[in-house]
Amino acid sequence: MIPFWFILITILWLGFFVLEGFDFGVGMLHRVIGRDEAGSRMAINTIGPLWDGNEVWLIVAAAAMFAAFPGWYATMFSGFYIALVLLLVALIVRGISFEYRGKRESPRWRRNWDRLMVAGSLLAPLLIGVALGDLLHGVPINASQEFTGSLLSLLQPYAIYTGITLTAICVLQGATFLALKTAGDVRDRAGRLSRRVAPVTAVAVLAFASWTHVTAGKGALLSPAEFAAVIGAVAATWFVHDRREGWAFTATTVTMAASVLSIFVGLYPRVMVSSTSPAFDLTVHNTASGSYALGVMTVVAVIALPFVLAYQAWSYYVFRRRLTASSPRPGPPAPARPGGRSRG
Amino acid sequence: MNVDLARWQFAFTSVNHFFFVPVTIGLAFLTALLQTAWYRGRRPEFLRLTRFFGTLLVINVAIGVVTGLVQEFEFGMNWSAYSRLVGNIFGAPLAMEGLLAFFLESTFLGLWLFGWDKLSRKVHLLTIWAVAVGSMLSAAFILAANSWMQHPVGYTISKQTHQPQLNDIWAVLTNPVFVWGYAHVLLASLVTGSAIMLAVSAWQLRRGGAAAVFTRSARLALSVLLPAMLFAMLIGSELGVIEGRYQPMKIAAAEAQWTTCQPCSFSIFQIGGGNQDQTPTQIFAIPHLLSLLATNHWDGKVTGLSPLQAQYSKKYGPGYYVPNVFIQYWSMRLMAYTAGLMLLVGAWGLWLLRRKKLTGSPLFLRIATWAAALPFLMNTAGWLLTESGRQPWAVQGILLTKNAVSPSVSTAAIAFSLAVFVALYGVLGVVDLMLMLRYARRELPAQEASQHPDAPMPAVQY
Repeated sequence: MIPFWFILITILWLGFFVLEGFDFGVGMLHRVIGRDEAGSRMAINTIGPLWDGNEVWLIVAAAAMFAAFPGWYATMFSGFYIALVLLLVALIVRGISFEYRGKRESPRWRRNWDRLMVAGSLLAPLLIGVALGDLLHGVPINASQEFTGSLLSLLQPYAIYTGITLTAICVLQGATFLALKTAGDVRDRAGRLSRRVAPVTAVAVLAFASWTHVTAGKGALLSPAEFAAVIGAVAATWFVHDRREGWAFTATTVTMAASVLSIFVGLYPRVMVSSTSPAFDLTVHNTASGSYALGVMTVVAVIALPFVLAYQAWSYYVFRRRLTASSPRPGPPAPARPGGRSRG
Repeated sequence: MNVDLARWQFAFTSVNHFFFVPVTIGLAFLTALLQTAWYRGRRPEFLRLTRFFGTLLVINVAIGVVTGLVQEFEFGMNWSAYSRLVGNIFGAPLAMEGLLAFFLESTFLGLWLFGWDKLSRKVHLLTIWAVAVGSMLSAAFILAANSWMQHPVGYTISKQTHQPQLNDIWAVLTNPVFVWGYAHVLLASLVTGSAIMLAVSAWQLRRGGAAAVFTRSARLALSVLLPAMLFAMLIGSELGVIEGRYQPMKIAAAEAQWTTCQPCSFSIFQIGGGNQDQTPTQIFAIPHLLSLLATNHWDGKVTGLSPLQAQYSKKYGPGYYVPNVFIQYWSMRLMAYTAGLMLLVGAWGLWLLRRKKLTGSPLFLRIATWAAALPFLMNTAGWLLTESGRQPWAVQGILLTKNAVSPSVSTAAIAFSLAVFVALYGVLGVVDLMLMLRYARRELPAQEASQHPDAPMPAVQY
């Protein structure tokens, strides 16, 4: 049951990065790609109905760590303190900016919320990426599982690079998503941007996969996850140049999933590496909850997750259409059809 | 020092979080009722009301969600010793909340908001009900977790690690503190939501807003408000008896009862008091009322704080086990008195409504508008009563609050995060209030809605 929960938590983190990845990207790019108010709005509305549900993956991932591996949750959250304060600020500001930017008809009001949205969407994946990198690279942890470092001990080159890579993948994922979900100028600009970003990201991912491999120190060959990340990034570059938007987005998604997965694969059975001594590593075994608690939650997760996946998939299906210029706004104030009923 | 800062931070962030949560729970339910009324009768005014109050709901949900994120992180950040010790019990309901409730609420809120012209009317109606149910379920799991801290059940102390281990989830989910506490919180949330709906309707009616429409929402609000308030009080009184059984300190402190009494009187207010002054001047002591409230018996016995302190010192070792008596005494009264006022407002409004005089009473409309502040005072006081009354324990009888903080986090870090949250929440609170007032005072979008019943909500846009 202990490995099951490690796998489940990995899946929750993957779900978070894959889904929130593109909406972080859209949050960063909506101004650049959207350019004017109508374009920005179209960009934001591609994720309007979805971002909130996506963010829940993070909440559930953290709660699952709390419940299944309290020691991991306790050490990581108290150790990464200042970084998490900044993360919370970024997520709060970003979430609020979605809801509030359109609530007043003032350009200044909008511009301010837009800036906050960009900053929050950029900072959040960067910080989480650094945190995940630190898990694998290792931070000072003593025999009683307490973090003994400072903010500086979190700023390892590998961890920072992980943050940068994941952020870059978010940008690419966001751009390909926008190309897939919009029309007209916005779509063109999204396509152009993704063609420019893709090769850079592919190189970054290649370096990341190699560095992760070295940091994890497991065998000579790249692990399947690391390999898949590289393949995904190369394929994404190919597809964006070929203007195959659906495939391009799929490839960036694979890149994101495989990159995050490679960190967790590198970790197992550890959950937090101690740079003080390998003897002090936090592992799935020395941080896990009792078997009864894990059993109860396994039942809940096995029953609930299929439903969650089903209705989230359904919501993606409902909002599958490309947004066009005539429906630039959400619940898109699609032009009201007089008296008509419409179904999706 | 760290304990104090961490406690301030938790109190500040959770009190703020709970400004938004009951509004979400209450308004989601009421909005769902409005939309159901529209679905069944197709009367356009219900659609207009659904959209109007739906907008207020959305403004609130946004802040409720992000402030909830802070709460979840805070356990690990500031209270890592606590998390390490009881995560396998306390974490379980939190994880269940995410899996069973929060996904539901968030996903369906997106579907509801953006699905007006994409879903059939029936399915669209179901999405708002999913939001309402999700928000209520969410509160259930949080309350189950909190109740475990008030009255730990369903665990054993492990022989190897000496840590509490979950061994009966059913006991956690049927904890009497949880069952009664949850009903109490749910009803208080309905009171909060309906008080806001009443206040907005009253303001609109007083300003000559669409009278036919806002009389309907006022009627709905009043018919939820009065019974919800009444049952919240009755259940709260039973909850007091239950808590008195498991946390006698909490109840004794709420009356500043230092010596054991039988029967016990309840003072309307007092002069002086607090942990240093054991003989405050009690004004208007009502005989037998405390006995009744604390034990359900006319002549019930309430053990005083001093004998309880002696008893606890013997059981748990030397220490001071009395909660902050000043907070207990006054939060109890603030909660009860604001609830009483709310009940009066509700009864008055319903009486006016029956006599069809609601719109003709500017005084009532004015008071009903301001009465929106009452549930917030009531809710905050209620949480202070229950949380401060648990002190000095983080988990009653198992872990002291001073031993629950993160050992690795510096005072400066906690102070920094506290300052950040105070500043951020301050700004958010102002923005939220500003937008709520703006949208609450907006005129109902006139004919647009009735002409195009399927047109998407104009206000809800990014």
